[in-house]
Amino acid sequence: MNLRRRYLRDRVMQGLVYLGTLAVLLPLFFILYYVFVQGIGALDLAFFTRPPAPPGEGGGGMLPAIVGSLVVDLIALALAAVFGVAAGVLLAEYPDHPLNPFLRLVSDVMAGLPAILMGLVAFVLVVKPMGHFSGFSGAVALALIMVPIITRATEGVLKLIPWEITEAGLALGLPRWRVILSLVLPAARGGILTGLMLALARGAGEAAPLLFTAFGNPFLTLNPLEPMDTLPLKLYVYAISPYEDWHRQAWGAALLLAAAIMVANYLARRATRS
Amino acid sequence: MPGWLYQRLGDRLFSALVVGLALGVVLAALAIVWVLYQGGREALHTFGFLGFLTGSRWDAVRGEFGAWPPLLGTLVTSAAALFLAFFPALSAALFVVEFAPRALKGAVAYLIDLLAALPSVVYGLWGIFVLVPLVRERVELPLFTWAAAHAPGLLAFLGPPTGIGMLSAILVLALMIVPYASALARDALALVPQSQREAMYALGATRWEVIRRVVIPYARAGIFSGVVLALARALGETMAVTMLIGNSVNLPYTLFGPAATMASLIANEFTEAEDDLHLSALIAVGFVLLLIALATNLVAAWVLRRMSLGEGRK
Repeated sequence: MNLRRRYLRDRVMQGLVYLGTLAVLLPLFFILYYVFVQGIGALDLAFFTRPPAPPGEGGGGMLPAIVGSLVVDLIALALAAVFGVAAGVLLAEYPDHPLNPFLRLVSDVMAGLPAILMGLVAFVLVVKPMGHFSGFSGAVALALIMVPIITRATEGVLKLIPWEITEAGLALGLPRWRVILSLVLPAARGGILTGLMLALARGAGEAAPLLFTAFGNPFLTLNPLEPMDTLPLKLYVYAISPYEDWHRQAWGAALLLAAAIMVANYLARRATRS
Repeated sequence: MPGWLYQRLGDRLFSALVVGLALGVVLAALAIVWVLYQGGREALHTFGFLGFLTGSRWDAVRGEFGAWPPLLGTLVTSAAALFLAFFPALSAALFVVEFAPRALKGAVAYLIDLLAALPSVVYGLWGIFVLVPLVRERVELPLFTWAAAHAPGLLAFLGPPTGIGMLSAILVLALMIVPYASALARDALALVPQSQREAMYALGATRWEVIRRVVIPYARAGIFSGVVLALARALGETMAVTMLIGNSVNLPYTLFGPAATMASLIANEFTEAEDDLHLSALIAVGFVLLLIALATNLVAAWVLRRMSLGEGRK
């Protein structure tokens, strides 16, 4: 092949790559733009401070869903953090433990399971025995989604901590548990925080596993043993409703969610750097 | 605190705690499999596992449940979305790693990561209010009227041009997995050592030849496992598909017409399921979805494991 043709092919392929990239970025940019433009108008004071109005009446807001999102997501994160960080510590700090091969396989596979399956599991394990839907059952479903993310992040960052830190601790006569708790984990704080943020961002956007666990509730409640609304759940219900004003609020919820997730991702990146 | 307590017992307690909690994670994973199997057993028992998989009627009123329609819907939408998403996702990854100037690199990568994290319901909302009208007016109606005039045989294949249906679901699925697949492919491409590229340039290769002969072959296992993971994500994607696909389990499906996937069927019918058999059939659909997701994830893990053994081996 002569040089001219090789250059030509190089140029053509470069053009194709640019085109393909544009084909990815344009629609995605379009989505973000639309969410912003449509959503910004819906984010008024009532949106944040009022419960929903009866169907078709217009007005009202998302207060129960915002509060519910916070409650459900934070319970889920607390549950997932305890199990996920411990699993990550076991994988990184006790590398020879016989449980580890299973644990690694399990957390890899769990991370790829459809979120809606976690909802089914939480329905059978929590909703059925309790006899009714609840925010807590939704938190269990979300925790199942978050655990593998936290486990992986924790393991990854703990493995980056220099072994000399552990050695220094052991040389001072500290037992393993003290070394891990007081030296290794604090050194890995940023990375673990990143994992928690990413898990939170992932869980906060999920609606599918909450459809038949948290279920939704138009009234403000702080009690996680009652059914609860969350933002993604409300967004879904409003989006498929026939009411103009609910559509407007759905865009508002979409913008709020996107912004929250953007912030969480940004914080996660910053925590990694520091 | 006495030394033995601090030294011996402390270590024992701590490792017992860590192992116990980690065991909880393993048990939770086993519980997922067990619960879905147990929950679906009644339906699987009534129709038989194969009978359930191949049954082509899903009729809650008559108590007849076959998982073939949603299974078909899942496979077709995911495969089509992956087909549409593959080359754009790879080009975006190549752009970020190989072509983009430094200033643009970070911005594009950040945008793609952000969109990979955007919730499914947001894509669904955008799909309902922007994509569906667009698809109906610009794609489906023209095609439909053209087919009606020139090729009436196609009409049965195209279906009603309402905008809500399989085509919209495929398009939004493709949009959703593009950032995810692209981020994974980017990670794989970024792992290619710079020395490999430099060696090729030193031989006088053009940029495309370096990519074609060195970068892609070196990263192909990572790219492939990324593709499989993107497929796994498409298979289980629920909300956006539920909002756009029209949720009809009646075969035959058409390109424009309503259809259902396994995830959308569960999301749509679960809270309305009245009798035990219906509920059990829905959980059994979840069990089938679990098996498919497990298989795709294990394939991805296997491919990745092969990659970490050797670099660009044949």
